[in-house]
Amino acid sequence: MTIYQEIKKSLLVSLWFMFLTFPIMVIKVNTIEQTIDWHWWRLAGVGVGVFFLSFLWRYAIARKEAGKKKAEISGEEKVALIPRLMGNPRFYIPGLIAALILVVAFPFVFSMYQTNILITALIYVVVGLGLNIVVGLAGLLDLGYVAFYAVGAYSYALLNYHFGVTFWMALPIGALLAFIFGIILGFPVLRLRGDYLAIVTLGFGEIIRLVLENWNEFSFGPSGIANIPKPSLFGLQLSLQQSSIFIYFLMIGLALMTIFVVRRLQDSRIGRAWIALREDEVACQAMGIDKTRTKLSAFALGATWAGMGGVVFAAKTTFINPTSFTIWESIIILCVVVLGGMGSILGVIVGALILILLPEYLRAFSEYRMLVFGVILVLMMVFRPGGIISGVRRIYKFEGQNTIAENNNA
Amino acid sequence: MRKHFGRYFALIALFALAGLILFACGQQQEKSAEATKEAAPVEKAIEPVKLGVAGAHSGDLASYGIPTVRAAELIVKKRNAMSGACGRQIELLVEDDVCKPEVATNTATKLVTDGANVVVGHICSGATKAALGIYKESGIIAMSPSATNPALTQSGDYPNFYRTIASDDAQARLEVDFALDVLKFKKIAVLHDKGDYGKGLAEFAKGFLENDSRAEVVLYEGITPGAVDYSAVVQKIKRSEAEAVIFGGYHPEASKLVQQMRNKAMDTVFISDDGVKDDTFIKVAGEFAEGVYATGPVDTSSNPIAIEAVEMHKKEYGEEPGAFFLNAYAATLALLNAVEKSGSTDYDVLTKTLQSEWVATPLGIIKFDEKGDAIGVGFAMYQVQNGQYVTVEF
Amino acid sequence: MDYFLELFLGGLTRGSIYALIALGYTMVYGIIELINFAHGEIYMIGAFTGLIVISVLTMLGWNSIAIIILAALIAMLYSAAYGFTIEKIAYKPLRGSQRLSALISAIGMSLFLQNYVLLAQTSNFLPYPNLIPTWDFLKPVGHIVRSTEIVIYIAAALVMVALTYLIKFTRMGKAMRAVAQDRDMSMLVGVDVNRVISFTFIIGSSIAALGGVLVASHIGQVNFYVGFIAGIKAFVAAVLGGIGSMPGAVLGSLVLGWTESFFTGYISSDYEDVFAFVFLVLILIFRPAGILGRSDTDKV
Repeated sequence: MTIYQEIKKSLLVSLWFMFLTFPIMVIKVNTIEQTIDWHWWRLAGVGVGVFFLSFLWRYAIARKEAGKKKAEISGEEKVALIPRLMGNPRFYIPGLIAALILVVAFPFVFSMYQTNILITALIYVVVGLGLNIVVGLAGLLDLGYVAFYAVGAYSYALLNYHFGVTFWMALPIGALLAFIFGIILGFPVLRLRGDYLAIVTLGFGEIIRLVLENWNEFSFGPSGIANIPKPSLFGLQLSLQQSSIFIYFLMIGLALMTIFVVRRLQDSRIGRAWIALREDEVACQAMGIDKTRTKLSAFALGATWAGMGGVVFAAKTTFINPTSFTIWESIIILCVVVLGGMGSILGVIVGALILILLPEYLRAFSEYRMLVFGVILVLMMVFRPGGIISGVRRIYKFEGQNTIAENNNA
Repeated sequence: MRKHFGRYFALIALFALAGLILFACGQQQEKSAEATKEAAPVEKAIEPVKLGVAGAHSGDLASYGIPTVRAAELIVKKRNAMSGACGRQIELLVEDDVCKPEVATNTATKLVTDGANVVVGHICSGATKAALGIYKESGIIAMSPSATNPALTQSGDYPNFYRTIASDDAQARLEVDFALDVLKFKKIAVLHDKGDYGKGLAEFAKGFLENDSRAEVVLYEGITPGAVDYSAVVQKIKRSEAEAVIFGGYHPEASKLVQQMRNKAMDTVFISDDGVKDDTFIKVAGEFAEGVYATGPVDTSSNPIAIEAVEMHKKEYGEEPGAFFLNAYAATLALLNAVEKSGSTDYDVLTKTLQSEWVATPLGIIKFDEKGDAIGVGFAMYQVQNGQYVTVEF
Repeated sequence: MDYFLELFLGGLTRGSIYALIALGYTMVYGIIELINFAHGEIYMIGAFTGLIVISVLTMLGWNSIAIIILAALIAMLYSAAYGFTIEKIAYKPLRGSQRLSALISAIGMSLFLQNYVLLAQTSNFLPYPNLIPTWDFLKPVGHIVRSTEIVIYIAAALVMVALTYLIKFTRMGKAMRAVAQDRDMSMLVGVDVNRVISFTFIIGSSIAALGGVLVASHIGQVNFYVGFIAGIKAFVAAVLGGIGSMPGAVLGSLVLGWTESFFTGYISSDYEDVFAFVFLVLILIFRPAGILGRSDTDKV
């Protein structure tokens, strides 16, 4: 295509966007005062901006398409750079050591604010890994995952308020309660598939939140529960800074444990059953996998991690009310899983770090923060639809054939 | 190298896009932000006073948080053009908390890390509670224009908290007294919007009414905010034969309720709170707003500071100020005044100054009691008459 | 009986409002199986565009009937343009990728559009003039039902009939059904899939805009966030009725509207949404594909 044609194309796109954004951008109405302001210069801004961006956009799309074609021609699935490096001990051992040093040094080098937002991100790593079991491994779209998170948070807050239960006791209790809720909520949805499942789980998430909001006698309603104690360290009195650092290391520990357990689960019998279920439900049943048990275990185990995340969440925030557990939260956790790369542990970690830290660092954009965040979500998905680090499909090779054949011959 | 190129490209595109957005719709606001920032380092080497502003600036509650930012911006701009606070320039640190407790803790630590000296905020009671512990630890005073939960001042857990709005129980008391003493109603319906502001208030109103033998609560319900139609609830009010509705919540729901009630030819009296005592309510509800009662701070329409503040807002942003604007204006003035009078940003000094020095604000001349509630902000009952809130004497 | 009738009409109003949004939702879903989270925002943009047109024309002193018709038409035009553009930017490049990626892209788009309107217009609630005149013949029953509500009922019904006709009896409808069934196969038999999908977005978005203008005049106010909750409710309604089916979307919306209305009227509005969701779960347990949905058998 010639340059002339490119320019013409961009001009058309820019004209289209000027038409599109005309009423909302240019005519600022105020029906309270009955005034109308005209902001013509904004239209010029849109026109010029879109003109140049459309070049970039077409170029980027073209590159993406070219990349896809190349992969198709060569016929093999390209393993992305990072998983490839991870598979090579020469790279990943020094990498791991460097990461370890960074992780340990972080709260001492950076400010309390940085530590704090990293704690939030780590909570999302744990919760995201939990949801990854449900969505990434078992392929069940759950839009009400935040319900279990709320169960964990409220179980700590309420048990502490009424019975003075400490954080360390609440952690397993919260996890257990979330597990039980996972089973209870899992039962009715077993028959549902795809988006019907999504909408029912969304309903459950909302039901839990609305009950918390309305049942004042039980949950203190929208005014929430304040003064939830932070986790204690052998009864030591910790200052705010110290306790942030303590929660930080606690979260690191919890995240490592989660990663360990999820990895082991993935390779276990039940993990393979989940993946089979995701790939094809009917075939999976035909292979003799108990669908009910597999689905329920995915639901309940996923919920357990959310419960633990919830307990830490309550301890970190020291105040909870139902506004923290809206459907929006479920969506963010789902974004963590999908954006990072479904089914991939490293992907979920990266996804959580990006999604939680990004809005914080975007504070520099002040009022444009969420606008930019939305744009980034769209761009990430358009240019990396499989997530940042897509899960590598396991390939199992059956190598025993020849030996069996030889044995038969002999 | 070529492999990485695509990634860089995406990044560049992203920034270009962000730039475009900034360019496209940001010029006006940027100018005002620059005006406040530029002036700071030039004049004196003295550290500027850092004024944190925290609240919901995006999401569903943004319309209650943004007016506070604007109030602070207006005052800071005006002050910096003169001499700042005791010769120190004032720097604004505006941070969004979306009215969520967990974000509010991040917001608060960010403000602390950035060296905020005093904070105006937060907007919602829940977010405020979550953030206050962090400010307390760092010796920072926070003053909210809109957090009404009684525990914030009455529990004693938050010594560093002040507010320029009446607490839920005070407003509910006034509403109930008015309904019983002046209007002499016997059947009252109490409604709320299920939020921490509205429901807190409604709980108190219900409690006061139940303890009073003169009237009974014939209906107590929470409505779903953001719903597209309230006719079922309105029918229920009608059937309960309530003479008055006491509503806890904000003006968008209030105007929908009132509008539907009047459309159903009901003349039930509507009594509400500070979240409704807002000119936007009258403009949105139009003719239906006539006769609605709402509690609010005394003496704002004739107060010269209030008039000036509203005028400045109209000039700068081209629209009427939104909810809690005057409360926020008062909070910012009170904080800056304390810094100026005491010449310090030290916690103890400021506490003493706030509790001893009177300051002229759009809400009247105020100071604070040791619990943190404002003294001198009289609360009065207003009624909409001919498209304006008029004080009702009683 | 009067009380029952009034609750019934209140539920009908709610249901018709949900239906106007749900119809577009279900159409888009039926074709590309995407939960289009940005649909609620398209609805909001439609309402805002309508408001802008109304304000400008009111200043020019036009007649109110002409204003409301023109506002609705321009709002539909613009929303259609937004829907078309969003599909090209955020969904088309994702065709062929996993479905959840498109969902995240839709969420990003929804965030973007909300904040775009917040920044370009205002965060405040703006009053929305009700330009539909009160008809004389409705005066006696004015306290029960008003002309705006009647217009909403009629609009929902007309749109449903028109869409059903479009899908069942036109060439384009046939192409849409083909694409919904098997995209690759329909491409092979000569259906222009891109055109069909664009067309679906254009129709779905313009219906949302019609809903936006009517609903905003009914409730008398608008701000940048009204689309989100309405969108979620409409999606629930669409699923309840059996997603992809036009009569299903309307039926689901009405059932949801009535459920909420009667529950509020006879029990309590505190738990109206809880009840609505419990009802949804119950229906889906007994009819896993919604009230009018067909459940397909799986192929291996």
